[in-house]
Amino acid sequence: MSDPSVLSVQIPSDTSEGLVVQEQIISLMEQHEYSMRDVFAMRLSLEEAITNAIRHGNRGDRDKQVTINATVSDEKLRVEVEDEGEGFDPDDVPDPTSAEFIERPSGRGLMLMRAYLNFVEYSNGGRRITMERERNSELPIIEDD
Amino acid sequence: MSDQRIDIEEIGEVTVARFLDKKILDEANIDKIGSELFGLVEQDGRKNIILDFSLVEYLSSAALGKLITMHKKVAHAGGTCALCNIQKDILDVFKITQLHKVLTLCTDLDDALGKF
Repeated sequence: MSDPSVLSVQIPSDTSEGLVVQEQIISLMEQHEYSMRDVFAMRLSLEEAITNAIRHGNRGDRDKQVTINATVSDEKLRVEVEDEGEGFDPDDVPDPTSAEFIERPSGRGLMLMRAYLNFVEYSNGGRRITMERERNSELPIIEDD
Repeated sequence: MSDQRIDIEEIGEVTVARFLDKKILDEANIDKIGSELFGLVEQDGRKNIILDFSLVEYLSSAALGKLITMHKKVAHAGGTCALCNIQKDILDVFKITQLHKVLTLCTDLDDALGKF
C-alpha cells in the first residue's frame, strides 16, 4: 500500500497543455500500478473532460483557465475538471445513439465517460465534472449484438 | 521528415489508408488526419477506401466524429469505406457509441477487401 498521489494544476484553454496534464495523471496511475485497461479508460475520460472544458466550457478563450485536481490512490482515481465558462445542463445533451443523432460527428464524449467511469457528476452549473474509476473496474459493460 | 498522419497503399481498385499514430487524441492531430482522409475522396476522387487501425491504441470522440464524416463523404460519392484491424479496446468504443451499426467494421484487411 502506498499513500495517495495528488496533482493540482491550472492550465490555459489549450488542448496541448491538457495533454501534458493527462500524461502526468497517467504517470501517477503507472506509479500505483494500475492495469492497461484502467489506463485506457482514464486516458479516454480525461481527454473528453479536458477537451470539453476547453472547447465547450471556456470556448477556447486562453484568458480562461481549466483547473484539474486529481487524487490517485491504490483503490481508485478521483479527478475534478473545472472550467470558467457559462456552464451547461448535462440533461440537455441528446442521446448520440438515437437515430436522429447517430450520424452527427459530435456529442459522444459524455456518453463515453459514463460508460468507463464508476462515478460521474456535474456541479457548479455544469462547470465542474467529478470523475471516479475504481481499480480493476469491470466497466465498460459491452452488450454484444 | 514527413508529417503525414496516414500511409496510403493501393491494392487493385482499393485504397488502404493506415493510421500511423498510436494515439488519435489531440485536436490538431485529429484535424490533420481529417484533412488527409477527406482529401482522398474530395481531391483524389477515391471511392473504395479501407481504414487500417492496426497501430491505433487510443482514440477520442473527436476522432469518431471524423470517421463519421468520412463515412458520409464516401457514401455520398457512391463508394464504400471499411474499417479493419481494430484493437479490442477501440472496438468497445465503437460498440458503446453504437457506431458499429453505422460504420463498416471488418476483422482484418482480407475481410475488408472482401467488401469491394
